[in-house]
Amino acid sequence: MDTMPKWADIVLIPLINLLIAFFLSGLVIWAIGKDPFEAIRTMVAGAFGSTDGVGYTLYYTTNFIFTGLAVAVASRAALFNIGGEGQVMLGGLGLTLLLLTVDFPHWAIALPVAVITSAAFGAGWAFVPAYLAAKRGSHIVVTTIMFNFIAFSLLGYMLVSSWIKKPGGVPESLDFAETVHLPNFHDILAPLGIEFSKHAPANISFFIAVACCVLFFVVMWHTQLGTAIRQFGKSEGAAIYAGVSPVKITIIAMMISGGLAGLMAVNATMGEAERLILGFSEGAGFIGIAVALMGRNHPFGIFLAAVLFGFLYQGGSELSLWMGIPRELVIVIQALVILLTGALDNMVRMPVERLFLHFRKGAN
Amino acid sequence: MDYGLIIQILDSTLRLATPLLLACLAGMFSERAGVFDIGLEGKMLAAAFLSAAVAAATGSVWLGLLAGIAASLALALLHGVASITFRGDQLISGVAINFLAAGLTVIVGQAWFSLGGRTPPLSGEGRFSEIEWPLAGIINDIPVAGPIYADIISGHTILVYVALLAVPLSWFVLFRTRYGLRLRAVGENPGAVDTAGISVTRLRYGAVLICGLLCGLAGAYLATGLAAGFVKEMTAGRGFIALAALIFAKWRPWHALGACLLFGFLDASAPFLENKDVLGVTIVPQFIQALPYMLTVFILAGFIGRADPPRAGGAAYVKER
Amino acid sequence: MSVETQKGRQDTAALTAPAPAIELRGISKSFGPVQANKDIAIKVAKGTIHGIIGENGAGKSTLMSILYGFYKADKGEILINGDHTDIPDSQAAIAAGIGMVFQHFKLVENFTVLENVVLGAESGPMLRPSLSKARKLLTQLSDEYELSVDPDAKIEDLSVGHQQRVEILKALYRQADILILDEPTGVLTPAEADHLFRILEGLRAQGKTIILITHKLREIMEITDTVSVMRRGQMTATVKTAETNPEQLAELMVGRKVLLQVDKAPAKLGDPILEVENLSVVDGDGVERVKGINFNVRAGEILGIAGVSGNGQSELLEVLAGYGKGTGTIRMNGDTLDLTGTKSDAKTRRKQGIAHVPEDRHAEGLILDFEAWENTALGYIDDPAYNRGLLMDNAAIRKDTEEKMERFDVRPPNPRLAAKNFSGGNQQKIVLAREIERNPDLLLIGQPTRGVDIGAIEFIHKQIVALRDQGKAIILVSVELEEIFSLSDRIAVMFDGHIMGERNPADTDEKELGLLMAGMTTEGA
Repeated sequence: MDTMPKWADIVLIPLINLLIAFFLSGLVIWAIGKDPFEAIRTMVAGAFGSTDGVGYTLYYTTNFIFTGLAVAVASRAALFNIGGEGQVMLGGLGLTLLLLTVDFPHWAIALPVAVITSAAFGAGWAFVPAYLAAKRGSHIVVTTIMFNFIAFSLLGYMLVSSWIKKPGGVPESLDFAETVHLPNFHDILAPLGIEFSKHAPANISFFIAVACCVLFFVVMWHTQLGTAIRQFGKSEGAAIYAGVSPVKITIIAMMISGGLAGLMAVNATMGEAERLILGFSEGAGFIGIAVALMGRNHPFGIFLAAVLFGFLYQGGSELSLWMGIPRELVIVIQALVILLTGALDNMVRMPVERLFLHFRKGAN
Repeated sequence: MDYGLIIQILDSTLRLATPLLLACLAGMFSERAGVFDIGLEGKMLAAAFLSAAVAAATGSVWLGLLAGIAASLALALLHGVASITFRGDQLISGVAINFLAAGLTVIVGQAWFSLGGRTPPLSGEGRFSEIEWPLAGIINDIPVAGPIYADIISGHTILVYVALLAVPLSWFVLFRTRYGLRLRAVGENPGAVDTAGISVTRLRYGAVLICGLLCGLAGAYLATGLAAGFVKEMTAGRGFIALAALIFAKWRPWHALGACLLFGFLDASAPFLENKDVLGVTIVPQFIQALPYMLTVFILAGFIGRADPPRAGGAAYVKER
Repeated sequence: MSVETQKGRQDTAALTAPAPAIELRGISKSFGPVQANKDIAIKVAKGTIHGIIGENGAGKSTLMSILYGFYKADKGEILINGDHTDIPDSQAAIAAGIGMVFQHFKLVENFTVLENVVLGAESGPMLRPSLSKARKLLTQLSDEYELSVDPDAKIEDLSVGHQQRVEILKALYRQADILILDEPTGVLTPAEADHLFRILEGLRAQGKTIILITHKLREIMEITDTVSVMRRGQMTATVKTAETNPEQLAELMVGRKVLLQVDKAPAKLGDPILEVENLSVVDGDGVERVKGINFNVRAGEILGIAGVSGNGQSELLEVLAGYGKGTGTIRMNGDTLDLTGTKSDAKTRRKQGIAHVPEDRHAEGLILDFEAWENTALGYIDDPAYNRGLLMDNAAIRKDTEEKMERFDVRPPNPRLAAKNFSGGNQQKIVLAREIERNPDLLLIGQPTRGVDIGAIEFIHKQIVALRDQGKAIILVSVELEEIFSLSDRIAVMFDGHIMGERNPADTDEKELGLLMAGMTTEGA
């Protein structure tokens, strides 16, 4: 029998992990001479206290949904895609090349094409490591790490020496045309009579991200492709027995993963910056790992975890602004979440399981 | 290209290869024992920070070195606890450790020195000084051979020589001692080690701590030998290049030396190769930057011989019936 | 003589005889809710070969792992040569003079024989002196016990039989007086097994004590002096081998008379369903595992394939099932099957009327973390009945699963329960229901009753025979000769990738098949 009920695995364990991560982060804040409770208040106020804050929180959330889903798709196929960072960058590059070469009369026409292009570039960047893993047995974790660095160099070259570069010393591309600027929450909500900050970067991409969550759920649990991916992820032997091709599934799962990561560019590059900036991914590809772990590779969990990390990112910048605590605090929290939910899972799980076993014995 | 320039490039090749070599050997001990480590970067970063911070605070580079090693050992221990004791995912643990170091170094640095995550610049006793070998000044005048002795062999900080000595030492430990036999065995088949009555846990912890020690040296060298103080993210992916070198070297010490010298050379010669025309193609700096990573992908793809990691690597040991 | 009086006599004899090499008193061990060993007592006399026999999961291996310090007993005492001995880890077991040869060898594949032998028993911190010392001793031991192996060969280049010798050498190098062998012949050919038994007899002659764990009655009868029987974690009897017989042991093992014979009507043969011509299979390491075999199976017939595991049966099944590549010709209902190209996958084979119950249900037949209904769809996710447009109809799969569980008496009949939570027999029934209910023209079935309790075995055998009586063709691969005998209408024996011969079960016996399994042709034998 299972030692624990399902809800404990899905809700209780991540919650305990999160509490420990927060507690340890609180210790860090306390150790550098600041008040942890004031820090929490500052973060909550900064992230949810105004529509401006909410707009930023949801903007980050959108990024993390994309990268979290990306990690989760690969994870479901028992592949560790640590190359989200590079796939995001390539998504941005593809998007930029598109928007700088094609004149779109309206954003609504540009958006679907941009979605396809950025996903295709992200997927393409994931294809090479996937192909090498499937066909030549290369370790996908190491190749995707290497591809992050190669992507960074490629983007560096494009933004320093190629035609897309904006004149001047900053490594960024020419600005996109006014016509392809995506509507932000202010633009969307104003017709409904809801006031929302004009400057907050949350934009229509948020809804694309939510749609991706739904699509992820439907594909993963209600289609043959998703079922095959999960079969392969849980047992390669059984999947081969069932007639699932490991090569095909590895490549497809990684390309979906890369595509989802690439989509982040629609939010960050097209929706927010309106030009390609070197380093625009801001480590979101890695945060996707924490989000997927925390969300148990399930789209609903990923959505919640992405909101949490969106809050941490927005709240974190408020911290540095008002309390002089560096933004890197968020990286520490992120590290602790990855460590606790990913690597030290058993540390929390084993005592909880023992507790349940104890109660069950008592009940019998 | 003139001779002086070649000497200059080779000289900095050695300097730049040193942190790679130390980290690469660190990874070798860990992975040979079956514990994958993509947290080399984080351990180096933590060591770089704490060594520079303590050296700046105390004015003693030796105390700084010890502190750097301690920082790296602490993270190594964390990796051990996660991946050996709690049988967690070694890759995820490594990722977490990289972020932990990236975050904590800046937070603590800012709280300590208020320099935006930097440490104050180091000088004098706060840095490792270059060791002038006997007669270097005189021999330097001898054409051709002189500069090789005076500039390439002589004139480095102690840690450069430590790194070079670590290569034969690692080889000896791994292939000529009882400890090395057991360490390699635990990375190939921990069951064999366990049934032979040796503790898998203790062996793996030992290897992880050796890894921590060497990463500590690598990080300390970065901040107190190569540079004069810590700056945010100063490892700049060197931990991953070391990982690449380890794969390139197929987990062997002498090959590791070769791989690190190659990558060090690429780094050292980059400023001189940039924007030069080679065979009608202009070399862009980003290409040289990316070269080690591309070479590693080629190796992993099996185009240049196969790179097979230790067989039990990446998996926690669970006794089976 | 009854077992009880036999036991009583031994106890009185023990009062006067020298202390036994091993004595266990009241050993108990639980893994969570499962009690693997319950109050076990046993005495093993010095200089004897003591067999421990029992079904899979009877607790034999757990008991020996406790003796070797791999697990700690919850309760009980261990006495070695009459002295109370605490064995917290393998180090302590080795110090107490115990050596163990595991079923799955504990060797470092890319180390040499010498390195494997000295590992953990080095004579100093430097390697060279240890190795040269071991080399000398190894030569000596090799001569003494017919244990010759090349000390400088890498393990991965050695045959299984030689690897086992290295394991024995490891124990002897550590000066073991007590040697435990866990299912040592499972991977050996009969010739290799005979050689092993000669080695064991040689060791006994030198005064070593040997514990042989096995589930093969033949081996117990052939080589042991005393035998203990385990059932469901308990030691049910200890008897002198000379004073018992296989029937009595089998009964003690399973707790009641074993039904060896399956009721079945004579086969009504139809047209050939499967024709195999000159089929060869080369594995990933470039080793030829199946070497140009020919056979056919007709409708309404069970073809049993006998052989020691590892002689090409698994590879044969994989090629037939679509996930191994091969050369030669296979015709199914007259159509030639693709053996290498894009149509050589399991999915295509299913469409061609081949169903497959794989040998290893944990690694292939089931996904243990998946619920029963998801496992019922394994391999059949493209079944139109399981789909509605682009989406899968999960409710339909669950309903279908419930009905299948009902018909195959799977307990508990809950399609939402994860596969890992069913017993071995019920797991196998889930697989069998999935495959048989597809109404295939040809059913491939490997080790159908491995790790399955007796009750389920009967049920499974009946289902297989029923499918045959519906006029379907069946290929049965099993290492259990009894199973082959009781189910097959025709028996083919595989050895080293060849089919050594085909026999009618009525015209042959275990002895002849044993010879074929050992690679000996019976003409003139």
